[in-house]
Amino acid sequence: MERRIVITGIGAVAPGKPGAKEYWELISNGRTATRTISSFDPAPYRSRVAAECDFDPIAAGLRRQEVRRMDRATQFAVAAAREAVGDSGLDLPAADPTTVGVSLGNAVGCTTSMEREYTVLSNEGADWLVDHRYAVPHLYDHFVPSSIAVELARLVGAQGPVALVSDGCTSGLDAIGHATDLIREGSADVVISGGTDAPISPITLACFDAIKATTPRNDDPEHASRPFDATRNGLVLGEGAAVLVLEELEHARRRGARIYAEVAGVGTRCNAYHMTGLRSDGTEMADAITHALAEARLAPESIDYVNAHGSSTKQNDRHETAAFKTALGKHAYDVPVSSVKSMIGHSLGAIGALELVACVLAMRDGLIPPTANLHEPDPVCDLDYVPLKAREAEVDNVLSVGSGFGGFQTAVVLARPERVAA
Amino acid sequence: MSDANATVTGVTELTVEDLTRIMRESAGEDESVDLSGDILDSDFTELGYDSLALLETAGRISRDYGVELSDDDLDGIATPREFLTAVNRTLTAAA
Amino acid sequence: MSVDTTVRTVVTGVGVAAPNGMGTEAYWAATLAGRSGIAPTTRYDASGYPLQLAGEVPDFEPEQHIPSRLIPQTDHGTRLSLYAADEALRDSTLDPGQLDPYGMGVATASSMGGFEFGQRELQNLWSKGGRFVSAYQSFAWFYAVNTGQISIRHGLRGSSNTVVTDAAGGLDAVGNARRQIRKGTTAMLTGGVDGALCPLGYAGQYSSGALSTAGDADRAFLPFADDAPGQVPGEGGAFLVLEDAASARRRGARSYGEIAGYAATFDPGPLPPGQEGTGLVRAIRRALRDAGTAAEDVDVVFADAAGVPDLDRAESRALAEVFGPGGVPVTAPKSMTGRLFAGGASLDLATALLALRDGTIPHTANVSRPGSGHPIDLVTGEPREADLRRALVVARGRGGFNAAAVVRRDA
Repeated sequence: MERRIVITGIGAVAPGKPGAKEYWELISNGRTATRTISSFDPAPYRSRVAAECDFDPIAAGLRRQEVRRMDRATQFAVAAAREAVGDSGLDLPAADPTTVGVSLGNAVGCTTSMEREYTVLSNEGADWLVDHRYAVPHLYDHFVPSSIAVELARLVGAQGPVALVSDGCTSGLDAIGHATDLIREGSADVVISGGTDAPISPITLACFDAIKATTPRNDDPEHASRPFDATRNGLVLGEGAAVLVLEELEHARRRGARIYAEVAGVGTRCNAYHMTGLRSDGTEMADAITHALAEARLAPESIDYVNAHGSSTKQNDRHETAAFKTALGKHAYDVPVSSVKSMIGHSLGAIGALELVACVLAMRDGLIPPTANLHEPDPVCDLDYVPLKAREAEVDNVLSVGSGFGGFQTAVVLARPERVAA
Repeated sequence: MSDANATVTGVTELTVEDLTRIMRESAGEDESVDLSGDILDSDFTELGYDSLALLETAGRISRDYGVELSDDDLDGIATPREFLTAVNRTLTAAA
Repeated sequence: MSVDTTVRTVVTGVGVAAPNGMGTEAYWAATLAGRSGIAPTTRYDASGYPLQLAGEVPDFEPEQHIPSRLIPQTDHGTRLSLYAADEALRDSTLDPGQLDPYGMGVATASSMGGFEFGQRELQNLWSKGGRFVSAYQSFAWFYAVNTGQISIRHGLRGSSNTVVTDAAGGLDAVGNARRQIRKGTTAMLTGGVDGALCPLGYAGQYSSGALSTAGDADRAFLPFADDAPGQVPGEGGAFLVLEDAASARRRGARSYGEIAGYAATFDPGPLPPGQEGTGLVRAIRRALRDAGTAAEDVDVVFADAAGVPDLDRAESRALAEVFGPGGVPVTAPKSMTGRLFAGGASLDLATALLALRDGTIPHTANVSRPGSGHPIDLVTGEPREADLRRALVVARGRGGFNAAAVVRRDA
């Protein structure tokens, strides 16, 4: 009998206040957490807006030494994992820790720590031959982000398969896909999964400036992320983490766990086209969606909500609108589609997991989070993007998609818990 | 490293030869394209250059020649002639 | 689609970029001849650093192997990756254009990403300003870059991914590739070619406390020796074309062997003395079970061979626990390349396949015999001829990652 995978716990550190509840309160009310960057002076940069987390690691329960050792992305992940495991009611370390794994998504590693330490070792860029004697003891871990997965694995005492999945901006979704593979094939019964990234750092701003990916709408930061709006002009960088506890269905049932949703289908494709660009027709994303629906054994018409990638770049929002039309047919015009990036920006390897948490909560509460700042739709983006205000609706089956540098296209289908029980 | 990036001052015109050289350095050249031919009105995509190549080239020119190329300056540019016109308009204005 | 674990996967192409040889056959010849690629560092001025040796891939002229358009936008490691991936694909004679549009994907492993490129752009930013940062920085340094560039170059649109599990990644990537094939993808280009031979990468490696400080290239990296002085970093690795065995058979492809077993486990934190290899033992046993192979049917083990006394001891004890003391020939050809991070285990897999093909176990260079704490039959001095049917490859990553894979020669 095929092993099925369900979500039994969620945790989030999203822009604004940490916590899944706080995150849901923000986005279900259509409020935005985008603002002028406060963690350093962004004056030299073209785009100076970001969605920052008001995160205090000590308040989140980390010890001083952990704060010293862990990059901000790792801290986010640990805080979100604690919340998710608590929410799941799982007793970890498990009786058999070899059945517990970790699959965490992350796109750009420990960027802020790497850059901070670089400035010390190089005397702010003066020296190519950096002085290794000024290296902090955990420098290697700041350079090789498997260290983030290590911290999570230690937190939950995992002794099964542990991996950091790094597929650019689809990392968060792909980590969930990898986790479902591990459970399905029997390599684990429980996988702590999700995504984390803390990219808001000068080097990230500079490299996104160079390709004009981020918005120059600096005078109006609260309304800077405008997916599907005709006036959108780039993404708003975000940060954060979301962790989901994935569990084999029977394992969850035996312990009487609350089941949020089943991870019913996952499809991944590459566009083999361009490291940063997208084909306008969305062919590969459409195929990823079709594949995920087939795996979930669901017809396009059964999807009640589409959580879009909706990054607020000119190219992306048209690309995925085309993909939805190809994959969902006429239903693309009927199904509500929204982008939470309008409120929490684009946190790269974390965002896919944060979006899945939003999907899970939309299913729980029968409430679809809106696309904020959508006043004047791009004529080419002619679907129902749930502008400005959340919408009550019965949400049984959800599709969430992502698209990443490198050409990655991923689609995940979540299905209603009742379907699982049936 | 610093020499290559030194600002070229006093230049008021970027030639097609300059542009070709900078594009080769910034983005290489497609093996199937002859950049030494008459390329002024060829589409950049036909020459094997994508938007990323143009962004890198524009970044290089703005640094080397000390010009600011705004988003509007580069919007919709499809050929070397259009690119040179946009850059030289800015260079002349700055001179 | 579920994972069909009855689907067999075979390696039909191999490509290598190694410090002691560019290209599969050049590398294999050098390895059998005992020629090491560990030599004085040339890529940067290492005279001010405690270690002045590295395993650099020699004589690599990117212009001869990589399309000109890709050169400005790629890190050195990505260029080596593109070289090895291309060699593997050519070696397989597989034409991706003949497959279903999504019939082939890419699964790679990375550790530091395109790190030298990244250091250069950090320097541009901090010494000159944001507008001096390359438009390519947004992807040239990140961990997924090799997957993306290989996918684009060869038009591979199937499911693709990148794993970061430090030095275990070279096996985990292949494990991921096998999973994709078992879910219906026909073939995968998979493996790792890695390295961060630049001053900032060196500083990171130095901080790990694992680096050797020896000055003599022949005495600097001595896995399983009593006086193992630590690790020498290198660059390179291997790519494999992994293919659904049925598809390979249909097109009459030559097979190097099957990826018959694979498993990954984790050791959560420092374990008490005597238990250091627990997770590794589990990974090996799971991989053997997955392959349907008994320990006594394994003919050779390619060790992780950290070259750090504690780690080596944990590994040799784990091997002795599974195979019995001296129960199986163990070797570490990486003694001739240095540690290649996420590329090391991929190169070991390629080496294991070549060993199966030629019935020869390459030796561990520069180590005359295993140290006293190592109850293993280490192949030293010269290659050993043997009838090889099954090889085990072991890899470990910093923090507690363990991976093991069993490769089996086709009957």
